Amino acid sequence: MKRYIARRLLQGVVLLFMVATIVFFLGRLTGNPVDLMLPEDATAEDRANLTQTLGLDGPLGEQFLIFAGKALHGDLGNSIRMKQPAVDAFFDRLPNTLVLIPWALLLGMVLGIPLGVVAALNRGGLLDRAAGTIAVLGVAMPSFWLGILLIFVFSVELGWLPSSRMGGPAHYVLPVITLGTFLVAGFMRITRSAMLEVMESEFVKLARIKGLSETAVIWKHCLRNALIPVLTLWGVFVSNLITGAIVTETVFAWPGIGRLTYEAVIYRDFPLLQAVIILKSILILVINLGVDILYAYVDPRIRLA
Amino acid sequence: MSDAILEVRDLHTHFFLRRGVVKAVDGVSFTLKRGEVLGLVGESGCGKSLTALSVMRLLPKGGARTLKGEVLLDGEDLLERTPAEMREIRGRRLSMVLQDPQTSLNPVFTVGDQLREAIERRRQGASLSEIMKEAVAALRRVEIAAPEQRIGQYPHQMSGGMKQRVVGAIAISGEPQVLIADEPTTALDVTIQLQYLKLLKRLQAENGMAILFITHDFGVVGRMCDRVAVMYAGRIVECGPVKRIFEAPAHPYTRALIASVPKMAGSAGRLATIEGQPPSLMDLPMGCRFAARCPEVEQRCLDAYPGTVRVGDEHTADCWKVAAG
Repeated sequence: MKRYIARRLLQGVVLLFMVATIVFFLGRLTGNPVDLMLPEDATAEDRANLTQTLGLDGPLGEQFLIFAGKALHGDLGNSIRMKQPAVDAFFDRLPNTLVLIPWALLLGMVLGIPLGVVAALNRGGLLDRAAGTIAVLGVAMPSFWLGILLIFVFSVELGWLPSSRMGGPAHYVLPVITLGTFLVAGFMRITRSAMLEVMESEFVKLARIKGLSETAVIWKHCLRNALIPVLTLWGVFVSNLITGAIVTETVFAWPGIGRLTYEAVIYRDFPLLQAVIILKSILILVINLGVDILYAYVDPRIRLA
Repeated sequence: MSDAILEVRDLHTHFFLRRGVVKAVDGVSFTLKRGEVLGLVGESGCGKSLTALSVMRLLPKGGARTLKGEVLLDGEDLLERTPAEMREIRGRRLSMVLQDPQTSLNPVFTVGDQLREAIERRRQGASLSEIMKEAVAALRRVEIAAPEQRIGQYPHQMSGGMKQRVVGAIAISGEPQVLIADEPTTALDVTIQLQYLKLLKRLQAENGMAILFITHDFGVVGRMCDRVAVMYAGRIVECGPVKRIFEAPAHPYTRALIASVPKMAGSAGRLATIEGQPPSLMDLPMGCRFAARCPEVEQRCLDAYPGTVRVGDEHTADCWKVAAG
C-alpha cells in the first residue's frame, strides 16, 4: 500500500512537470500582458520598462528556467494583476469552488444513480428511452448555454433565484444545477450499463433462489456491485467539475478558482495562470489517488500493489 | 400424503426470439419422490437447466416463457403462484445449487452476510448473534474448517470447492423440501467432486430433502441417484431406477450415453461416441427426435413421435422399438 502510494506520487510529480511546461509555453502564445496593462498611447520605453519589471524580457527558455527553479522551491510568483502571490490568490478562492463541487456531485448521484437503475430495469422500455434522452441532453447541453438559460428563466423571467455572485443558499441553486447536469447523465449511463451486466450474474440468481425480495436483489446485491465502476469514475467526474467550474463560475460571477482561471487567461496573468493550473493539477491528482484508495475498500477483491 | 413431492407434467418452456421459437423444454414430465435423488441426465443444451429454472420460476431474461404444463410442489401448482408467493416458496421449500461456484456468490459481501440473508428468512425476529451462530453451524454442517473465521471472509478468499460448499449451505439453510442441484460439481476438480457428492448425500440423509440432480455425467448418476430421467432435445426419453437403467437401458439414446462413459477396467480401446448432432430446437423433426442419430431407426420413427411406454416397474421409455417389444 505504501509503495503503491509512493509510486503514484512519483508519477504525479512527472505529470506536474509536464503540465507546468505546457501551461508555461501555451500561455505565452496568447500575447503580451503589457499590451493590456498600458494605455494605447504608451511609449516604447514604457513598454520595455514594464516588460522588464514583469520579468518578461529575455529569451523564453531562460524565463522558463527561472520559473521552474522558483517553482521547485514552492514559489510560483506574484499575480501581475492582483499584486499578491499567485498561490495565495488561488487558496483565497479555492473554498468558494469547493463548496459548489460536493453539491454538484450529490445532484449527479442522487438523480443519476437511481435513473440508471430504473433504466436498466426497464431496458428497451419507455423509461429507459426517457432516461437515455435525459442523458443525451445532459451531455449535449453546453454549460454556458444551460447557465444562461437558467438565469433567463429563473432570475429574469420568474425572479425566483439570484443570477450571480455568492450569497445565501438560493445563490447555490443555479450554479449547482449548471455544474451538475452533465454528471446526472454520466452517473446514469454508467449505473445503467453496470447494472445490466450485474443483473445477469449467477449470484443474482442465487439471491433470488434464497427468496430475497426484488428490492433487496436490485438495490442491495446488484447496485452494490454496479457502484464499483461508478466509483472509479468519481475521480474523473470531480476533475470534470473542477475544470467545468471555469465556465459555470464565469457565467454566474462566482468567485472561485474557475473564474480565477478565466481571469488569468483573459488578462494574460501568466504567473497566476501557471499557479492555478499547477495547483488544480495537484488537487486532481490527490483526489484521484484518494478515489483509488477508497475503491480498494469498496471492492474487497482489490488489494493495491 | 402422496409420495411425490415434486411433479412436473407436460412442461413447455420456449424461447421466443426474433429468428424463431426455440423449443428448449417441450413436454417434460417427471416425478420426484420424497427423500429420493432423481438424476436428470442429458447432453449440453438438451433443456436440463431450463427445466430447473422453469420449476424455480426464474427464467432467464430475453424471451423465455413457460407456455403450459404443471409444476406441483406437494400438490400445489407453482405456475399458478404470484411472484410474491414464489418468493416465499423459494429458499424455504424449494432451493437450488448453481453450477459455477466462482460466480454464484456475491463478491462484495462476506460469506456470513450472504448466509445471514438466507437464515433470517426462517428465523424472523431472531437476534443477530443467534443468526450468526446459526450461520457458523451451517458452515460446519457443510464441512468447512474453522467456520468462525470463514464467516467473515469474502468469496474471493476461498477455493472453488469451499465456495460451492457455501452455496450449498445457503441453499439448504431454509430447510427446503426439494433441492435442485444443477451440475454442482462440473466446475470442480475431480477430487473435490467426490467430496461434494458425498456431502450432498449426507445432507440429504440428514434432512430428508428430495434432490433433483442435474448432470451430463452418467458416472455421477450411478453414485448419487436413486432414479434417473434421461433428457434429449427438450423431452424426457427414458426414466427409471438407476440400477435398471444401467442394466437394461430401453432407449437407444440411453444405451449410447452409457456406452460413452469411460470405464477404468478392461477396454483400452476408443471411447464410444454418438454420431451426429442433436436436432435444432427451432426446427424439431416430426417423429422421434433421436431418429437421425439412432442406429436402429425405422420408417415409423421418422413419421411420428412414439408415446411414453411402460417398460417395467417404474421404468418408461419413449421409443417405437420398445413399444413393439
